[in-house]
Amino acid sequence: MSPEAHRKLRAAIVDDEDLARQVLREYLAPHADIEIVAQCANGFEAVKAVAELKPDLVFLDIQMPKLDGFEVLELLDPAPAIIFVTAHDNHAIRAFEVHAVDYLLKPVGADRFEAALARVRERLEGRGELRSSPPPSAADLAAAARPPSQYLDRIPVREGTSVVIIPAAKLDYVEAQDDYVALVSQGKKHLKQQTISSLETALDPSRFLRIHRSYIVNLERVVRLEPYAKDSYVAVLADRVQLPVSRAGYSRLRAFLDR
Amino acid sequence: MHPILGQFRRMVLYLAAWIPLAALLARMMATTHAIGLREALALAFPLCFVYAFVCLSAWYPCRVTPLEHTTLSKFLATHGGGAIVATALWILAGRFLAMELAQLPSFPGLDRGYTAEIPILVGTGILFYLLSVAFYYILLGIEASRDAEARVLQASMLAREAELRALKAQVNPHFLFNSLNSISALTGSDPSKAREMCILLGDFLRRTLGLGERSAIPLGEELSLIHAFLAVEKIRYGSRLRMEESVDPQALQMSVLPLLLQPLVENAVAHGIANLVDGGCIRLDVSLRDGVLSIVVENTFDPEAPLRRRNGVGLANVRQRLEARYGNRAKFGAASDVTSFRVALEFPAEQEASVS
Repeated sequence: MSPEAHRKLRAAIVDDEDLARQVLREYLAPHADIEIVAQCANGFEAVKAVAELKPDLVFLDIQMPKLDGFEVLELLDPAPAIIFVTAHDNHAIRAFEVHAVDYLLKPVGADRFEAALARVRERLEGRGELRSSPPPSAADLAAAARPPSQYLDRIPVREGTSVVIIPAAKLDYVEAQDDYVALVSQGKKHLKQQTISSLETALDPSRFLRIHRSYIVNLERVVRLEPYAKDSYVAVLADRVQLPVSRAGYSRLRAFLDR
Repeated sequence: MHPILGQFRRMVLYLAAWIPLAALLARMMATTHAIGLREALALAFPLCFVYAFVCLSAWYPCRVTPLEHTTLSKFLATHGGGAIVATALWILAGRFLAMELAQLPSFPGLDRGYTAEIPILVGTGILFYLLSVAFYYILLGIEASRDAEARVLQASMLAREAELRALKAQVNPHFLFNSLNSISALTGSDPSKAREMCILLGDFLRRTLGLGERSAIPLGEELSLIHAFLAVEKIRYGSRLRMEESVDPQALQMSVLPLLLQPLVENAVAHGIANLVDGGCIRLDVSLRDGVLSIVVENTFDPEAPLRRRNGVGLANVRQRLEARYGNRAKFGAASDVTSFRVALEFPAEQEASVS
């Protein structure tokens, strides 16, 4: 046996209702190998606690103040094992799409809870072998699981242990940087681990346009297009920032500006 | 839309209806002996053809002077004026036609004979015009009664729909699931509190039962339903949920649609209080002034919280039910400032006996 198997499982409970946390505490009490390292009453606290304490397992409510459960999950990197605990059954498919270990419905029965814990143990033990290829980031999974008719109206970003929320209307442009995207809003850059393509699909296409392999721009910010070299252009934004425009991006942008 | 113009079939029928009128006119013109029947026919048919189109225009003054909203003097002036102008134009056209026909060898002296026909033409011109006016008013009346029927039908359909939705929306299942989860937590830590919550929840459910069948309940009953609901939520949210209430005691006897306010309070909890880390306050104001009941539900909320759609549906449902029940005598407004959301309702205060 590896020494890791003897290590205690560290769990965090995230729910805005005291009584809901209490049930989970009670169910966890007989498990000597599980230690509750954090109890959080809202999304901000949860992101901070998980970043600082790196629990193995998080019990996550969905409807909470500040950030909902999915937004919290997006910001956890690397994502711990997640068990959603909620009264709403309509998020189940989305939950499994973001690789949640289980989805418990309130009121939670003890048997069902034990089954979820068993699944967590299975998942965590198997983890070492599955690491051959890097898993997609939580934000990419969340973007893929988003209902198609709904575009992001705000983007949560983690800065250290705190959370910044960027309303989509205040996002100027997005720049791809390796595995990250830099979200530029009001002159400030915020880094988030997500691919630019998955962010592109989550943003409203009538307001945001991919103008280049590495750039998405908020159309309201574009003041004009200027020729740059033969066959290439730059988009000039309201604050004089210039972004490169690819040939495909140029024709898409033209189509928009002509309308 | 003109009822005849622009619809080919109606237009053909309409013109056909003028053929006997033209024949009749020719017969009358011939009675003066100033012109013969042949001349009269040659005049009457083209003249009636022209006048058929002139009379089509009577539709427009009819539409802008509806019978029920017009004074007699305005009515007489409009259509009298219309008749005189139309007839004058017609007589002139007739004169021109007579002079042209007089040029032909087959109608000598028709222009002189025409002058003798003017009194008959004036009489028939005015008569035909006024007949068209009457005809259009009948059409407008039929149209209005059809509209009214459709409106009544639509209103009753809306009311039925709102009722059905009210029945379905009686108890939000998530409220139940969350409450049961709280009870399940309390059974371990505080059994007597768990029992209290069971009793409160039972009280609330019993009050909602059968409400869907009643068309109106006293406001006092709706308020105790809300109190039962909040008592349950208070155990879930603890100190995060605060409530302020100011109710005019006279209003308690007035009748309201059942479960009209409970969804508003439920929204205030779910979209306001539940999103606030430190909770917030729900304010309920009920006042009665000049036979009008004003109800305001106000709650604090987090402006940065993500929007949830259900809210809008709940509000739209309340607005539709008010509209279906009171028509334009009810007012509904929803507004938010930086940190508070406010729904204001106004509708006629009625004692229960006069409704149910």
